[in-house]
Amino acid sequence: MRVTDLHKHYGPKHAVDGISFEVPAGQVFALLGPNGAGKSTTVEVLEGYRARTSGQVSVLGADPGRPTPAWRARIGIVAQSTKDLSDLTVTEVVRQFATFYPHPRRPEAVIEQVGLADDARTRASALSGGRRRRLDVALGIIGDPELLFLDEPTTGFDPEARREFWALVQLLAADGTTILLTTHYLDEVEVLADALAVIDRGRIVATGTPATLGDRDRAPATVRWRDAGGTWRTELTGEPAALVGRLHAAGGEPDGLSVHRPTLEDAYLSLLTPAEVSR
Amino acid sequence: MTTTPTTPAGPRTRAAADASAFRSPAFLLRTSWARTVVELTELSRSWDALVFNVFFPIIFLFIFGSVFDGDVAPGVSFTQYFTAGMAASGVLLVSFQSLAISIAVERDDGLLKRLEGTPMPPAAYFLGKVGLVVVTGVVQMAVLLTAAHLLFDVDLPAGPQQWWTLAWVTVLGAAAGTLLGIAYSSVPRTGRSANAVTAPVVLVLQFISGVFFVYSQLPGWMQDVAAVFPLKWMAEGFRAALLPESMAAAEPAGEWQLGLIALVLAGWTVLGLVLCRTTFRWRRRGDS
Repeated sequence: MRVTDLHKHYGPKHAVDGISFEVPAGQVFALLGPNGAGKSTTVEVLEGYRARTSGQVSVLGADPGRPTPAWRARIGIVAQSTKDLSDLTVTEVVRQFATFYPHPRRPEAVIEQVGLADDARTRASALSGGRRRRLDVALGIIGDPELLFLDEPTTGFDPEARREFWALVQLLAADGTTILLTTHYLDEVEVLADALAVIDRGRIVATGTPATLGDRDRAPATVRWRDAGGTWRTELTGEPAALVGRLHAAGGEPDGLSVHRPTLEDAYLSLLTPAEVSR
Repeated sequence: MTTTPTTPAGPRTRAAADASAFRSPAFLLRTSWARTVVELTELSRSWDALVFNVFFPIIFLFIFGSVFDGDVAPGVSFTQYFTAGMAASGVLLVSFQSLAISIAVERDDGLLKRLEGTPMPPAAYFLGKVGLVVVTGVVQMAVLLTAAHLLFDVDLPAGPQQWWTLAWVTVLGAAAGTLLGIAYSSVPRTGRSANAVTAPVVLVLQFISGVFFVYSQLPGWMQDVAAVFPLKWMAEGFRAALLPESMAAAEPAGEWQLGLIALVLAGWTVLGLVLCRTTFRWRRRGDS
């Protein structure tokens, strides 16, 4: 998937204002950004739902601006929160969608894989939010896609449901499915993504991996300890190990010692805040 | 979190399916059948749609047939006349009303957008709706005529010619109702308002088109208004099928205008098709 200088304008509003990125096959790529940053608009262009104003886009070697059934058969879409399909059971829905694809996975196997085997005969309307989302994923992967779009898949989940959902995504990724994930949860990105881009106000403000975003792997670390007099001391240093060594040499094991690198969240927030405000 | 992403087994790539496979009649047939089965399954679980669209005419036949036992003409009971009107209403309900509401709801709740994101041929969605209309229309007509005959001594069509009239008026009326219902589904702004925006249309048409009242006794201006819309013509067609020949003289035109009925219903069918092709949307307003 390759996106070059993508623009999507609604009148004077530039929802997407010159975005470029590339996702190699087999990667889990996360688009991260606050609400209204242009994540979903970008994804809907890539899914073949929205026409773009300008820019080059190639998804599985084709232009999503002119989606064909053969191309649609190779992608899977899990859109933002849905409320359709209410009167059908899980099995009925998944079987129906299997008929739309030339090489579908086995409906029973997919239901099992997303963890809905116990609810196979439950109506969609009776599923909890988390289990309902699993049904969305089942419909996203029933066609055995090479590329799967997950648009804010875990919004509204309780912590346990999110962990379970992550395991499911990791299973799909291990299977070689390319995944484009949009989210505003940083822990989700840290667990799932191989690479990521941060979008703010329609532009990409940073790209990297969860470990290196905003150069946080090379940023100064904060060392905190309590000195002999019982006062808390804090020092920002590029060489935390050396500092800790000096402390130990001077007075043995320091009280309450911690070494803290910027978290992904720190790095992310510093990217969103305009530089002049943060100083 | 310290979970390490599992090592990918290598990217999935597969030769794209032959594009012609998606245009084959077999694929269209398979997907349309799947949609039809889903439509019927959903209907069987939706009591409001069953009562208001499918069984409404039968319920009303029972109520009106039990309350009014007079004759509209010597030897022609009110119930006989009313059965023709209920048959026409029923066809409009299972086609126009049922589709206008269900499609508006399915557009608003995102089903149409979800289907748009799959390789399903768009025609399969519409053929699924047609399948729903055909099955519900046939069942409804059969139950209506059987109940009217057994419970209220309503005469069935007198001969092959009358049965033929019943058949083509049903088919043409349902075709017009189906296409107009698909087109009208774009009128309600939300799925929630679909019922309120659609049901009164059919209700008002029933009052002015000779369903609840004898058409020839309505004020002239009301007859003129009703004559613009399909229900008046469908009701007249069903009267031609169900009433004795002698009743033709009681019509405002002094005869069953079968040719004109066919022409008007065909005209509405064409108009419905044009409206569908020019206005149908897979997504909610503002989603583009």
